[in-house]
Amino acid sequence: MTFRELADILGATVVVGQDCMDVTVRDAFASDLLSDVLAFAREGTLLITGITNPQVVRTAEMLELLGIVFVRGKRPDEEAIKLARAKKIPLFCTRYIMFETCGRLFKHGLSGCIERVDDAGKTS
Amino acid sequence: MQEKLAEPLLEQEFAVQGGDFIHAGEVSSSIKAILKDIGMSHDIIRRVAIATYEAEMNVVCYARQAAFHLAITPDRLTVIADDEGQGIPDIELAMQEGYSTSSREIKEMGFGAGMGLQNIKKNTDELRISSVVGEGTRLEMVIFTRK
Repeated sequence: MTFRELADILGATVVVGQDCMDVTVRDAFASDLLSDVLAFAREGTLLITGITNPQVVRTAEMLELLGIVFVRGKRPDEEAIKLARAKKIPLFCTRYIMFETCGRLFKHGLSGCIERVDDAGKTS
Repeated sequence: MQEKLAEPLLEQEFAVQGGDFIHAGEVSSSIKAILKDIGMSHDIIRRVAIATYEAEMNVVCYARQAAFHLAITPDRLTVIADDEGQGIPDIELAMQEGYSTSSREIKEMGFGAGMGLQNIKKNTDELRISSVVGEGTRLEMVIFTRK
């Protein structure tokens, strides 16, 4: 799906990235733990999170993530927005909780960027 | 036993301030930009970015300040993160996944899950950690650039 479709499905507001609405999103990773995002998220994936500080944008920059969806009606703080503009990382806000956000996107064809983690922390 | 290393092609020093959560990540971002500029491979840039960012967040969360030293030789890329801080009493314990001494504030920011050092190890070819309690910690992260 494109960011435009994603925003439509989630009734999301576009905080940064009006010019990227035709970009295609294929998969996602959802977590409120940036340590997990850094360990498991794949490049080019969408991040779904409730963390709104600048570090979430910095993490997206380091991993070259495609964009960030903030859930539960949370809005990124000003420093985070400033950084996202500078690094050209699209930001969206939805009122849906994380479970609903993931479920709705999954139903529309988005998959996890990884499916599972084994005992040794390996991903697949 | 110091290996004899080739003269670095590029060397640069960066300062990281402990407790500065607004600018946390800027050094990693600068290093990433340098590697892009010199045409380093995508995979290496990503691994360096993750390892350096984890190390930088460790300094911001736990230390007073640090110097990050980047050196690139024909066959390897080294980042040394040398901090002034509380140090790590038991490095083996700190390396265990899930072990953390982080405060509630750090956890609320989304960090401090006790996965950083493991993630640094995963993304580097060599990792050496030394620490003196009450003085600081030194991380030497090496990534081989020739396969």
